[in-house]
Amino acid sequence: MAFESGRVSWREPQVGVLPGGRLHLQHGPIDLVIKVEGDPALVSRSYAAASERFHTVLHELASELNLLRKPLSGDRPPDASSPIARRMIAACWPHRAVFITPMAAVAGAVADEISAIMLAATPDMRTLYVNNGGDIAVHVVDNEMLRIGIVPDLAEAMPEAAIRVCHGSGIRGIATSGWRGRSFSLGIADAVTVLAHSAAEADAAATIIANVVDVADPAVSRACAQSLDPDSDLGELLVTTHVGALPENQVLAALSAGSDQAQRLLDAALILAAALVVQGKWRIVQGRSGLLFPMA
Amino acid sequence: MTTLSERSAKFGAAEGDNGIIRCDACPVLCRIRPGRSGACARYANQDGLLIRTDPVVLLELAVEEGQKLVPFTEASEDWDGNLLNPARAFVTGIGAGTTYPDYKPAPFIVSQKHNGVDTVTVVTEGIFSYCGVKVKIDTDRHLGPETAAIRCGGEQVGHVTTAEYGSQMLSLGGVRHLTGGSKKEGNVTCDTLLKLCNGEAVELTIDNGHSVVVQAGKAPIVDGNPERRMRVGCGSATVGIFAKQWLGHVDEVIVVDDHITGVLTEHQAGRVLDMRPGGIRVKGRKSTPGRYFQVANPGMGWGGTDITDPLSIIQRIDPAVAWPGLRLLLTSTTGEDALWCVLDENLVPQPAAMPSDVRVVVDRIGENCEPSTCTVLFMAGAGGSLRAGVTENPVLLTRSVQDGTTKVTLGGAPAMLWPGGGITVMVDVLRLPKNAFGYVPTPALVAPIEFTLPRALYEASGGHTSEIVAVTDVIRAYGGDARVEFANPVNPWPLRADG
Repeated sequence: MAFESGRVSWREPQVGVLPGGRLHLQHGPIDLVIKVEGDPALVSRSYAAASERFHTVLHELASELNLLRKPLSGDRPPDASSPIARRMIAACWPHRAVFITPMAAVAGAVADEISAIMLAATPDMRTLYVNNGGDIAVHVVDNEMLRIGIVPDLAEAMPEAAIRVCHGSGIRGIATSGWRGRSFSLGIADAVTVLAHSAAEADAAATIIANVVDVADPAVSRACAQSLDPDSDLGELLVTTHVGALPENQVLAALSAGSDQAQRLLDAALILAAALVVQGKWRIVQGRSGLLFPMA
Repeated sequence: MTTLSERSAKFGAAEGDNGIIRCDACPVLCRIRPGRSGACARYANQDGLLIRTDPVVLLELAVEEGQKLVPFTEASEDWDGNLLNPARAFVTGIGAGTTYPDYKPAPFIVSQKHNGVDTVTVVTEGIFSYCGVKVKIDTDRHLGPETAAIRCGGEQVGHVTTAEYGSQMLSLGGVRHLTGGSKKEGNVTCDTLLKLCNGEAVELTIDNGHSVVVQAGKAPIVDGNPERRMRVGCGSATVGIFAKQWLGHVDEVIVVDDHITGVLTEHQAGRVLDMRPGGIRVKGRKSTPGRYFQVANPGMGWGGTDITDPLSIIQRIDPAVAWPGLRLLLTSTTGEDALWCVLDENLVPQPAAMPSDVRVVVDRIGENCEPSTCTVLFMAGAGGSLRAGVTENPVLLTRSVQDGTTKVTLGGAPAMLWPGGGITVMVDVLRLPKNAFGYVPTPALVAPIEFTLPRALYEASGGHTSEIVAVTDVIRAYGGDARVEFANPVNPWPLRADG
């Protein structure tokens, strides 16, 4: 089935297999790498479920884009028809005191949805992750553990810290935000990685925290979001386009602003932990130790 | 419209007047500002054109003609992709991108086993500041004097060069027009080359000459008239070919040709057939008996001359030799123009209806003409810094290309290597996959280029061995996004040692 739009027919979602028995699903801007550990029959059943569900994901989202690009406010969350859109709205709703649109959680929500479909199809898998461009839904059973690396700089992708995900940790989602990532950021964080109860919640929180990891400094260049992307949900807000070398006091000031925000979200039980990186300096915020630890 | 913009139009549409393009590649329908990419980072707006950021082209060799994709069986080694059989895939430079600065290894250095030999193909897109096209136009029609300037939109993009047998030759592009003149001249030249290389039509005008629309593989259109036939030969050759078939049906034949006009009874062919001399002297300078140069000026008339009234070619009819009732055929070298005459009692040629026996031979001239075609050869020098992306010791690459150990292909198409120093190559643009060429605003053309050589030699000649990746890995990493095309059956398979 091809989707017709005037002169062109859109490419269908792509399904591929990557080395290491990973499933690759790609459609437009959505790029998922999925891994399931378990009995081979289970794995292939869960991959089939993921591929089937994936087929309409982009179209569901595209059909509600206008709604999903509007800032959240007021007493009642907006109604959306797609389950992914509802996940996005639910994850972003608690943050509506500041500027946020449901798009802040789009990547995480897609990962959660695919993860949920796979779990429903094969409840007895050992570990599972759905990685949507760095926003990851994870699932582990009781006695299993998943190790995930954290990159301090989205431009370099070399893990410098690790997360141990075990069943008891409550971690179901991991997301990273930063000024060099795929989405615009209002701040100057190289990376803010958040652990939360879902990938969508982690995604929204990482965005909110990264936005306040900020200082006013001549080394920071900014541009109006719509001057870069006319459809940006951030409208006229200034987004970071470049961060030059900052004096250490500015780096620490930015990290402090960010970790204050992270602490507030932790206190409100919206996140489980956060790691913030600006120009090689780290700050870790977590309720109990052991979720996040730097690699030696 | 350039090829890039056509490609652009396929995936998106300009919106408003501030350079925004709406990308239609997927339902997100991103509106992309110039210099930015869409949400997927796969499509970007480059100077108002929507471009694919990573469409490397993989060629696939069909086992036999007509055979489709070769499915890769699941049992085969550790292959877990389902796209292409790596043993039958060739990674081309199209869309491979370039590395900068030059000493960085080329974008793809691909290892592949072929017929038991470990080979390495270094794949890149070269930015060619020294490049141009040689155009061969199969027509006798005079397009313009040799060395005359050729223009596109008023800017000089090349010149008329030495004519070949039955063809007019143009030399377009080159550094003098790309970067040696005004900025506008350079941009127009670059655009002209890009269109011609990507198989599009371009209208050129020649100073003191004519306009011609050139498109690779298509007939030239001269002053608005599509050319149909390439001459069967020069006038003398035409006489030689058809003399025997005319014998008994005609008393004299004049084949009008800008190069050599032939006169049958005076020509060696007529003499050998014991034909009675006709006594008709044509204008021009006699070369050898029955062969005349410069019977008229070059032009758009009969046989590449400016003659439209063929009888004007006759200088004199000798009353002591010619006779009333002499049957005279005048024809062009393509048979498109022909006139049948009979001399009256005053020895004046009077046009008459052509007998069918003669018409058959005139028609046969036409049947023996090949269709008039434009061919475009891209010519460029790859002897410069792009070699550093291949090896740390560039002269070793030059030498192994020159001695034939390293094969050079452009988009998988075989390149003719000009002997002597450097790596100067020529390739028929129609042998490359569609839209293989691009440009940079320098201006210069971007063309795919691949160097294929035995792995052992690559290692020995200072190659970037740590950058070698297996073709299977390239297909895994890029297969889903790559353009996969069947190898052009007229090309030898790039990996064949004897190709």
